[in-house]
Amino acid sequence: MASDAPIPAAPSERVGAASFFAAPLAVLMRLIDWPMQVLQRLIGERRMAYVFLLPNLIFFSLFVFLPLIINFIFSVTGGAGLFPSERPYVGAQQYAYLFDCGSFLDPSSCREDHFWRGVSNTARFTVFQVTAMVLFSLLTAVVLNMKIRARGFFRAVYFFPVLLSPVVVALTWKWILQRDGLLNAAITSLGGERILFLVDPSWAMFWIVFVSIWAHMGFYTLILLAGLQAIPADLYEAAEMDATPRWRVFWRITLPLLWPNMIVVIVLALIRGVQTFDEVFVLTGGGPGTATLMVVHYIYETAFANQVQNFGLAAAASVVLGVVLFALTLAQLAASRRKGAA
Amino acid sequence: MQSKHWISALALTAGLVMGGIAQAQTTVRIAWYSDGNEGEVITDLLKRFESQNKDIKVVLDQVPYKAITENLPVQLASGQGPDIARVVDLGGIARYALDLRPHLKDAAYWEKNFGPFLPWMRPEGDTKAITGFMTQLTVTGPFVNKTLFEQAGIAMPGAKATWEDWGKAAKDVAAKVQAPFPLAMDRSGHRFFSVAISEGAKVFDAKGEPAVIDDGFKRGAKLVYDWHQSGVMKKELWGSVSGTAYRGANDEFKNAQVVMYQSGSWQIAQFDKTVGDAFDWIAVPSPCGAGNCSGMPGGAGLVAIKTTKSPEAVAKVMDYLASEPVLSEFYARSLFVPGHLGIAAKGLDYQGASAPAKAALKVFSDQVAQLSAVAYQLQGYTSNRVIFNAVISRLGQAISGEGSLDEAYKRMESDIAQQIAERKK
Repeated sequence: MASDAPIPAAPSERVGAASFFAAPLAVLMRLIDWPMQVLQRLIGERRMAYVFLLPNLIFFSLFVFLPLIINFIFSVTGGAGLFPSERPYVGAQQYAYLFDCGSFLDPSSCREDHFWRGVSNTARFTVFQVTAMVLFSLLTAVVLNMKIRARGFFRAVYFFPVLLSPVVVALTWKWILQRDGLLNAAITSLGGERILFLVDPSWAMFWIVFVSIWAHMGFYTLILLAGLQAIPADLYEAAEMDATPRWRVFWRITLPLLWPNMIVVIVLALIRGVQTFDEVFVLTGGGPGTATLMVVHYIYETAFANQVQNFGLAAAASVVLGVVLFALTLAQLAASRRKGAA
Repeated sequence: MQSKHWISALALTAGLVMGGIAQAQTTVRIAWYSDGNEGEVITDLLKRFESQNKDIKVVLDQVPYKAITENLPVQLASGQGPDIARVVDLGGIARYALDLRPHLKDAAYWEKNFGPFLPWMRPEGDTKAITGFMTQLTVTGPFVNKTLFEQAGIAMPGAKATWEDWGKAAKDVAAKVQAPFPLAMDRSGHRFFSVAISEGAKVFDAKGEPAVIDDGFKRGAKLVYDWHQSGVMKKELWGSVSGTAYRGANDEFKNAQVVMYQSGSWQIAQFDKTVGDAFDWIAVPSPCGAGNCSGMPGGAGLVAIKTTKSPEAVAKVMDYLASEPVLSEFYARSLFVPGHLGIAAKGLDYQGASAPAKAALKVFSDQVAQLSAVAYQLQGYTSNRVIFNAVISRLGQAISGEGSLDEAYKRMESDIAQQIAERKK
C-alpha cells in the first residue's frame, strides 16, 4: 500500500524553510492518507475530483454565489431597511419601474431616466473606448514587436499606467484638465481661450474615453504582443522572400494569426467598459448633468448616496447589469475555446 | 490557615486588577468629521474627559464628510456603527438614535438649552426623546470678497438688497476685475432653499406634507437657472457633477476667484485661517426675495446611537460635552454659532478669532432671528434630504442643458414621491 511506502527524506542540500516544513507535512500527509483511501474506495476514483473541488466550491458559494442570491432577493423586495426581515416582497415591481419607458432609445421618456441615461452613456463609452483601445493597442503592439531602439524601455513606459490605481489616474488627469489645470495653462500661455474640458458634455465624454485608454492600453498591448511573438518567424521570412508588401503581410499573416488574441482583448475590454466607474466618478462625477453618468455610478448613487437608500432598485439594476456581463463572459469563454481549438 | 490567607489575598488582588481592567475597557467610539479645526478642539476636550473619567476610553474616529453622509447610514442600517456620531442628515439618522433620557444627569438642562433643536434629531412621531445636541448651529449666507468690490470701484448692495441686486453687482465686479466666478453657491439643498424660501417657497402644504413646487420655489429655481445662462454663476460648480454630489467653492473663494460665495457660517474658521491677509472678506446678511430675507438653518448634531453596548458611558460623554463650560469652549475655539440657548443668550467671546471672523460670526448670529418658519420646518422634516437631493439633481440637469425647468419640476416631484413612498414601505 502507498501509505506504507517510506516518506522520501529531504535532500541534504535543501535547508531553511523547505526542511522546516518537510516533517510536519509528512505527518499531515500520513494522517489524511488513509481517510482519502477509504473515501476513494467508497465513491470511486473519478468522483474524487469533486472532493478536491469541494473546499473551493464552499468558498465560492459563500463569497460569490451567496451575495448574488442575496442581491437577487433584494431586487424583489422594497423599503429602506437592510435586513431581509425588514424588506417587504414586491415581486417584479423594481424591474417594472426600471423598464417603464416610452421608448428605450430616449432616456427622458423613462420613469427612471437616470438608469437609462447610465445605460446609454455606458454603451456609448464602451463602443468608443473599445474600438479605439483595440486599434491603439494593436498599433502599439506591432511597433513594440519591431526591432527598434530602446524597445524594453518603451514596453515598460506603455505598461506603466496599468500599475496605477484608477483613482490616482483620474486625479492626475483632473489636475491636467480642470479650469486652472496644466492643459489650460498651456493653451492660455499660447494666447488661446480656456476650454472647460470637464464641463462641456462632448469634451467630458471624449476625455473619459481618452483617460481610460491611456490607463489600460498597456495591459491589452501586452496580450497582443504575446500573440505577435507566438507567430512563427518563418512565415515572415517566406513572405519576405516572395517580396510581399508589408500591408499584405500584416493583413494575410499577422492579423489572422493574432485574431484569437484580438477576440480576448475585445471581450475583456468590453467587460471592463461596461463596469467602468472609479475613473469617471473621480474625473467628472458623472457630469456635466448626467453626460458621463455610468450604470455602476447609478447603482452606487441609488443604493448609497440618496437619503432613502433604495437597495431594491439598485439590486434590480445590478441584476440587469449582471445579465449583460454574464453574456459578455460567455462570449469570452466561447472565444477562448475557439482560441484553444486553434 | 496561613495558606488560606494567601489564597484570599491573591483572589482579592486578582479581583481588583480584573475589576480595574474591566472598568478601563469601556470604550466609546465617536465618528466625527470636520469642516475646520473642530476635530482638534474636540480631541483636547475628550482628553480632559478621559483624565477625569479613568473608566471610559473615548476613541475619536475622524472620517471624511462623505463617510458620514453615505457610509454611516448603511452601517447603522446593518446594526453596526459607532456609539456616537456627528451627523448632518439629522432626520435620516434619527431612527437609529438612542434616547438618552434615562441615562442623563439632568434631562431638564437639555430640554432648556437645546429645546428647539431636539425635534430635528428625534425619530418620526416621537415628541420626547433626547438623542443629542447641536455641535453647531449653522446659517446659510453669503461671503463677499470686499477687496474685489473695492478694486472694481463698485459699491456693495446695502441691507435688504435683493438676490437680483447682488447677482448684478457680483457680475459687474467680476467683469471689471476679471474674476472667473461672479457668484458661487455650494451645490447643496440647504443653499438652494435659502434662495427659494426668500423667494416665497412654502415647501409644505397645510397638513405638513411636502408640496415642494410652488410659485416661490419656481422663482428661486428660475433665478439660479437664469444666473447660469447669463454668466452670473458658472457651470463648473452646479453643472459639473451629477446626481446628489455636493460641490463647494471654498478653493475658488480662497483663491480670490469668487466675488460672492453663498455658503454658511461653518466656513468662518476655515477662511480665517486660509485667506489670512490675502484679501478682505466679509459675511453679509442673507439677501431678500419676494417672500423674505431668510437663510436656511442647519448644522451638525452629535447623536448617540442606540446599538451602543454602553449607554451609561455614552450618556456620560454626552453630558460632559454638552455641559455649558465645555460646549462654550468648543464653540469659541471652533468659531461656531452656538446651538445652546444659554450660551447664545450670554454671548461668546471668540478669543482666538481675527476681526473679520468676529464680524462674520456677528452677522450670522444676527441672521438667526431672520430665519423664516418654513426654513425651520424644512430643517426639522425627517425626509428633508430626499427633497434636497431631488432638487439639486434635477436642477443640475436643467442647468447643464438636459431638459427644461418645467421637466425638472416634474422629475423633482416624482423623485420625492417615489423615495418617500419607498421609506414608508
